[in-house]
Amino acid sequence: MFHGPSTLVAGGAAGETAKGSPGSLWRALGYLRKYWPAASGAYLCLLLVTLSNLAMPTLVRIIIDQGIGGADRALIEWGALGMVALAALRAIFSFLQGYLSEVASQGVAFDLRNALYARIQSLSFSYHDRAQTGQLMTRATSDVEVVRLFAGMGLLNLLNVVALVAGTTVILFAMNWRLAALSLATFPFLLLITVRFSGTIRPAFMQLQQELGTLNTLLQENLAGVRVVKAFAREPYEAKRFQAQNVNLLSQNLRVARVFATNIPVIGIVSGLGTLAILWYGGGLVIAGQLSLGGLVAFNTYLLMLLMPMRMLGFLVSMLARASASAQRILEVLDVRSEIADAPGAVSLPPIQGRVCFQDVSFRYFGGEYVLKNINFEARPGQIIALLGATGSGKSTIINLIPRFYDATEGSMTIDGHDVRRVTVESLRRQIGIVLQETTLFSGTIRDNIAYGSPQATMEGIVAAARAARAHDFIVSFPQGYDTQVGERGVTLSGGQKQRIAIARALLLNPRILILDDSTSSVDFETEHLIQEALEGLMQGRTSFVIAQRLSTVRRADSILVLENGRIAARGTHQQLLEESPVYAEIYNRELRQAGRPGSPEEAFAATTVAEASERGRVR
Amino acid sequence: MMLGGRGHWGIGAFGVEAKEAISPRVALRLLTYMGPYLGQVAAAIGLMLVASAMILAGPYLLKVAVDTYIARGDQAGLNLVVLVTLLTQVIGNLATSGQIYLVTWVGQSTLARLRHQIFGHLQRLSLSFFDQQDAGDLMSRMTNDVDVINQLLTNGLTVIFTDILQLVGIVAIMLALNWRLALLSFSVMPLMAVSTVVFAWRARKAYRQTREKIGAVSADLQENISQVRIVQSFARERANQERFDEINRENRDANIGAAAVASAFSPTVDVLGTAATAIVVGAGGLLVLRDQLTLGVIVAFLGYVTRFFQPIRDLAQLYTTLQSASAAGERIFQLLDTAPTIAEPVGARQLGSIQGRVEFRNVWLAYREGEPVLRGINLVAKPGQTVALVGPTGAGKTSIANLIGRFYDVTAGQVLVDGHDHREVCLASLRSQMGMVPQDSFLFSGTIADNIRYGRLEATEEEVVQAAKLVNAHPFISQLPQGYRAQVMERGVNFSLGQRQLISFARAVLAQPRLLILDEATSSVDTRTEALIQSALARLLQGRTSFVIAHRLSTIRNADQVLVVEEGQIVEKGTHQSLLKARGRYYEIYQMQFREEESSLAPSGVPAPAA
Repeated sequence: MFHGPSTLVAGGAAGETAKGSPGSLWRALGYLRKYWPAASGAYLCLLLVTLSNLAMPTLVRIIIDQGIGGADRALIEWGALGMVALAALRAIFSFLQGYLSEVASQGVAFDLRNALYARIQSLSFSYHDRAQTGQLMTRATSDVEVVRLFAGMGLLNLLNVVALVAGTTVILFAMNWRLAALSLATFPFLLLITVRFSGTIRPAFMQLQQELGTLNTLLQENLAGVRVVKAFAREPYEAKRFQAQNVNLLSQNLRVARVFATNIPVIGIVSGLGTLAILWYGGGLVIAGQLSLGGLVAFNTYLLMLLMPMRMLGFLVSMLARASASAQRILEVLDVRSEIADAPGAVSLPPIQGRVCFQDVSFRYFGGEYVLKNINFEARPGQIIALLGATGSGKSTIINLIPRFYDATEGSMTIDGHDVRRVTVESLRRQIGIVLQETTLFSGTIRDNIAYGSPQATMEGIVAAARAARAHDFIVSFPQGYDTQVGERGVTLSGGQKQRIAIARALLLNPRILILDDSTSSVDFETEHLIQEALEGLMQGRTSFVIAQRLSTVRRADSILVLENGRIAARGTHQQLLEESPVYAEIYNRELRQAGRPGSPEEAFAATTVAEASERGRVR
Repeated sequence: MMLGGRGHWGIGAFGVEAKEAISPRVALRLLTYMGPYLGQVAAAIGLMLVASAMILAGPYLLKVAVDTYIARGDQAGLNLVVLVTLLTQVIGNLATSGQIYLVTWVGQSTLARLRHQIFGHLQRLSLSFFDQQDAGDLMSRMTNDVDVINQLLTNGLTVIFTDILQLVGIVAIMLALNWRLALLSFSVMPLMAVSTVVFAWRARKAYRQTREKIGAVSADLQENISQVRIVQSFARERANQERFDEINRENRDANIGAAAVASAFSPTVDVLGTAATAIVVGAGGLLVLRDQLTLGVIVAFLGYVTRFFQPIRDLAQLYTTLQSASAAGERIFQLLDTAPTIAEPVGARQLGSIQGRVEFRNVWLAYREGEPVLRGINLVAKPGQTVALVGPTGAGKTSIANLIGRFYDVTAGQVLVDGHDHREVCLASLRSQMGMVPQDSFLFSGTIADNIRYGRLEATEEEVVQAAKLVNAHPFISQLPQGYRAQVMERGVNFSLGQRQLISFARAVLAQPRLLILDEATSSVDTRTEALIQSALARLLQGRTSFVIAHRLSTIRNADQVLVVEEGQIVEKGTHQSLLKARGRYYEIYQMQFREEESSLAPSGVPAPAA
């Protein structure tokens, strides 16, 4: 029904590869602002942890040089106790840091997910025509998680690296500037290597995420289409297709591993050079009596302390790369502006009568050809408008324009004189009910599903709607009645049952304008009879737009619009059209009469012979 | 496609929460997946040994430097130690890098194999499995659970070996250097063990909760993204946002709770670790004062003690990883162990080219014990006949149709195709000669041509076009800018139902089936398209045995046999005309249709024009 542009290429908005600019990560981190007390608290605690980390080697140096070297027992004993006390203090700050950073980062993830959810829900049909569920899912789950990890531990550790490097550097230079200069000489190289590393690893990770997304999409599709797969015995083919992508994912994983494998030893060796310098030059200084042994040990400890974050830097950088790629993918969604959005100063549509007017409406999907051209018509309150025409003639497009699922390319559409683009989308859609042949139920109870469009409805209202929709009887036949759970995609109910629930849903909404498909699929005659009754009850007193498949509907219609190639080829009542429009007469004689149900017993038998004769004439 | 209204309220086949404890059985089975990579695993372990040895050498070399050379003022000796240290670092780093690559290689290859196996298994499972199983749950096994195992394989493997190697090495070296000081510093170990166990237990509970919560978040997202059109139609955005907000908040809070446990663990270990260091410095210092210890040993001990606690921390972390991997493995293996209910007997016969005679002999079918949906069905369809199945929802029409292709197995009786019991023939040889036109036309992403070719993979371009022409799909396809190469989006949402149906017809036509099963859904296309399809189907049905779950009289009128199915039994059999004359159940159904039409005519007051 709601079919989108067939001209748009797959991938479009959601499938594009993001490059992962640092800018997007920066923007994503802006979500931390709201959690500044927790975030800065975490950072403060981390600083205190770092400070106590910095104090520890000096304490050890004092114990070695003055306690052990100076044979001061009391100093040794008190020093050791001091170390434990310092560690206890550090533990408290460390706990607070971990907890507070989680509070902040989970807050960011929470906000990002909510924002994504809101955006995804508000994006227009034309966006969703192009976007893939799997891709959007990945963004709202794993991409958010990657950004969160960075916003919490990644960012903190990155800041910590800065604090540690600054603190240790100052201490090292104060202790012995020459030794400090020598042992820190490798750091610029280390930095350079790390930066280059990040440049290689970032795109590799982007690609990895992409391959994973593709694999998941394949899987999801296979599960959704399992019946088709089985019907055509295509299992081996599906397995081959999946395996091909599985191998792609594997080779990308290995590509990433290779980048790591070639960079890690270089970083490791270069960073080890500093320690060697201390041992070589510092050892010489001790021999020359220019440095104490405790000083040498402390120097070494400080350098090791520096190396830890430096080594982590490689990890942090890849994390940063992943996070900026993920941030970009998230922002890509957040930044899409819905083509359908409330105009500035849009007013709420007051309760309407149901007068719908199309004035010179033309429509084409982005870049495509016109699917509607100069449509003009007016539906007065309470009228039934039947839409008739071939597949692709523009019927679906017309009904998609009424609730503003798409915007007209040219011309305007008004409801009770209000241009639909000047009223809020919500107030518009709340007054329009839609019943389609393909009914989707949401997981939840039957009651929830009937009340889907009107969450405030009372139980009495729900039951009344179900009764009017001829759904009450089968609902109460379930052990749990209205509280019966309907599963994913509503698999537990038959097509006819789902359709009646959809009718009840629309009835409860009590819309002034109704859009429906009068066809009933997958049901037997008796159920169909019930559904037709229900549909008729539903149309009573509402402006209804019906994609007509049956004779009874076109006969009842106040106006029939016959569409051909996006234009209205003929219009009028059934009777008028039969007399005036050869196109309609042809459709009527050839299709409605034959394919639809006969109107009377005589006609039924007559139609049989006529249809058979005409079919023979046509086909053979 | 085929299944009509069968009620499934049941929980999924295995919706049971997996056990908490690490199951050795699952762990062993996971390990067997590495079987083919034993060589690489051995090489990786070798490299880990080398890397660990190099790391452990560090503090000892420092001790040698302090006690032997610095204490004696021997700069040349010191230089030698520096060189040796450099060498150990180069070797250690190269070994580490090689090991990382090998472990990733083994881990990722194993995962690819596991994915391949799961997917292949899913393809073999019967439809009844998918009826009961939530697609989301299957997705999660394939993505989340496999990912958890990924973590175990890539991080866990390294941690186990490297850390245990290092721990053992450190303990040995410390004992060798000075056993008294070593034992003293090990005194914090029991405390460390207790706190690790306590935290692991608390963390397990907390993390299980986070997994549940993130599962709820995913489920809600999944549903609302895939059904976003309905959401917008009903302007439900605000209500949904509120609900998601709640689920999202619960997820956040569960994670913060888990983080509190995790953040407390690390500092606790840290305090204990520092206590060990303090013991080394304090007790060691006192020993030095008594000349029972050299300063170099204290320096070396300081190096070892700091390296001591990281492995313990890692191992504790590993325990959690193992736990979740064990649960994930359990879920995956449960899936892999689910036997397809439809299995071929050993040496199933290849069905040659069939004529298309279908016979049901006293067929009974019950999806659930004691609730038969088919009760003693007997029917014969001769080659080339069209059989129309008529009856109310739940009567058993779809069940009959599903049995022909053996998507389910009969509970009693026999289904014969060309005289062969279909349980004795190779499934693929049967199904490849069948065409199915489902009611909801499912399209795969890919091009239109790909979708049509799904019916017969080796079909040429011309044959694809030919098939499309036969079902009158060619005109609309050729109007698309990319024609047959036009991309179909997920689930075919960029095509109308009618267009999708035409493509799905073309797919069935291309398959050139001897047996055609059609769940009629002509009502979802507009009248003109429907007429086109009807005429195409007349051609398609020609010369093929066809079962049609019929919804319109025109189809029924043309059928060779009309079977009226009610409550799992065939209550009437005949042609349209003969059944009308018989004035039985079929006649009643027919009358009801007529009454409906009449009543809908009344309000409009338009008389029916003469034919």
